[in-house]
Amino acid sequence: MEPFIKIKSRIAALPLDNIDTDQIIPARFLKITDKKGLGNHLFADWRYDQEGNPIPDFLLNQPEIDGVKILLAGQNFGCGSSREHAPWALTDFGFQVIIAESFGDIFRNNALKNGLLPIQVDPEVHSQIKNLLNQNSSTQWTIDLEQQELFFPDQSSVKFQVDPFSRTCLMNGVDELGYLLTFLDKIVDYESQKQK
Amino acid sequence: MMNDSKKQTLFEKIWNDHLVRDPSNSKQMQVPEVLYIDLHLIHEVTSPQAFSGLRDRGLAVRRPDRTIATVDHAIPTKPSQKGRLEFADDLCRKQIAQLEENARQFGITAYGAENNQNGVVHVVGPELGYTQPGMTIVCGDSHTSTHGAFGALAFGIGTSEVEHVLATQCLLQYKPRTFEVRIEGKLNPGVTAKDIILAFINRIGVHGGTGFVIEYRGSVIQALSMEERMTICNMSIEAGARAGMIAPDETTFAYLAGRPNAPKGEKWEEAVQKWKNLRSDDGAIFDRSITLDISNLEPMITFGTNPGMGIPVTGRIPNPDDSSETSQKNALKKSLEYMGFQVGEKISGHPIDAVFIGSCTNGRLSDLREAASILRNRKVADSVRVLVVPGSQQVKRQAEAEGLDQIFISAGAEWREPGCSMCIAMNGDQIEPGQYAVSTSNRNFEGRQGKGGRTLLASPLTAAASAIAGCVADVRTFLEA
Ligand code: SF4
Repeated sequence: MEPFIKIKSRIAALPLDNIDTDQIIPARFLKITDKKGLGNHLFADWRYDQEGNPIPDFLLNQPEIDGVKILLAGQNFGCGSSREHAPWALTDFGFQVIIAESFGDIFRNNALKNGLLPIQVDPEVHSQIKNLLNQNSSTQWTIDLEQQELFFPDQSSVKFQVDPFSRTCLMNGVDELGYLLTFLDKIVDYESQKQK
Repeated sequence: MMNDSKKQTLFEKIWNDHLVRDPSNSKQMQVPEVLYIDLHLIHEVTSPQAFSGLRDRGLAVRRPDRTIATVDHAIPTKPSQKGRLEFADDLCRKQIAQLEENARQFGITAYGAENNQNGVVHVVGPELGYTQPGMTIVCGDSHTSTHGAFGALAFGIGTSEVEHVLATQCLLQYKPRTFEVRIEGKLNPGVTAKDIILAFINRIGVHGGTGFVIEYRGSVIQALSMEERMTICNMSIEAGARAGMIAPDETTFAYLAGRPNAPKGEKWEEAVQKWKNLRSDDGAIFDRSITLDISNLEPMITFGTNPGMGIPVTGRIPNPDDSSETSQKNALKKSLEYMGFQVGEKISGHPIDAVFIGSCTNGRLSDLREAASILRNRKVADSVRVLVVPGSQQVKRQAEAEGLDQIFISAGAEWREPGCSMCIAMNGDQIEPGQYAVSTSNRNFEGRQGKGGRTLLASPLTAAASAIAGCVADVRTFLEA
């Protein structure tokens, strides 16, 4: 995983509520046995028609999407299944941050383990962002994970929460298994105690 | 008297019992707890990348004896002329072969494609007695909440976490909050556990449970069978909850007694004594509590594209303009457009193309019995394709021993091999774009049962009644007949 410290990007807006994991990556694309290439199928059923042709109106088919690293969604983004294919598809496409009013629990966990930062904002901030994007979608926004701050194009900013442990892992580009493995002795102790 | 801080909820008892502590940890930084996992269930879709991860790091599976593999999502349910099963495509075949191979290599018990105990992971775990009270249970599958029906702490995880558990038998977790849901009142005829959980999700919304572990309590819950309790806990995740649980009692013990992997003899007695303490202490504090009176509950059905969008089967399609919030209004509008429903339209009588009876929500023996009770000596409408898919090989054998398969077949339904089948439409079982299906599964998301397909979630009774009527039907008219 690449260390995640600060990113600057435009924001792509898909401000719908309850975008579920079946929309992010439909089940028929879960048959792979590796992680690669899922970005092509991200939001497949909204993105392509029955014949597999891109639907021009859809966000991901617009030329401006190139290089955008931040996605704005509504409430409860990533509800539904535990498929980690959802964050894999989002990061493979190029997203590094999802801003939403809330997230599905399992999705949030999965995202953080894949270098994808879920940022929860309150409804006022959410509509502020939405309004600014409606006026001008080509402005640059900055996410500073170290400061836990989201900078608007005018350089005003809001703070966001991320648990310190996940933040450290993201900033150092390390994964959690390494940390967990340092517990092996304790795990053995736990098991032998349980056996008594 | 216990002092108040000692009074614990069921969840807290299990949680505290599974924390692997590090006394030397200085806690300079707020870190997640290390939670020990008693039982790890795996299946073909969310595990391959976890095994690749292990190999990349040169790690073994730490406790193969606590790991159980089944094949369910991609497995075909249609017997073929050539082999036993006709795979939808090579990817499905490969995924299943890979699970079997990973299990072999890492020494894990697997109920593979040719095993006569295989089936949907959340059906197989309980029926073989792997699922037991007081355990922590995880699986790379959100409906792992099902196992909470036994008074276990059971929840879904992603593939990275599957790798963590394979490697260490532990997970990093923050403590979730607790949510007490009391179900009181009296169940009316034609109303089932499925209707209760659909009504509950409708009441609190699809993210009403986010961040919580739910404990279902109350007189209605106590009176439910284990299979009904599993239906309730199964759909906890559809309310956004991490897990759902029900305190174990005599119903639980009676279900488990004699199951192949349940404790035996003296060990059984000891276990039951221990399990009896697994209840929330009187006066234990939950972070949130609600009571739902179900005395006036009617059979429920969903009309929209998330499980919270449910109405009584006698109801009409709601008007998005009646919702106060813009986002809700828009979501409803979008749903109705996708579903092709008109505002104010009665849902009963709406023509359907397919009925799916099965899944980890409603694919157990009692579900099939209920469906068969309606289909007995009746015929499925000509325009409707009906798939009955038992949740496991064992369910299939039991159903056949009772002649349920013959009831389904003579009614004009297809009797299939076990698997997830049309619940997730990965294995070739699916509906066509624009078609309507009344399904006993748990998700009505856009395209869940096939691209462009429209899913209405309901109980096995409602599904069977609708199969006969050829349209959404109120099962109670069949009960009176
Ligand atoms: S039956 Fe459906 S919900 Fe249950 S495990 Fe299979 S795909 Fe998931």
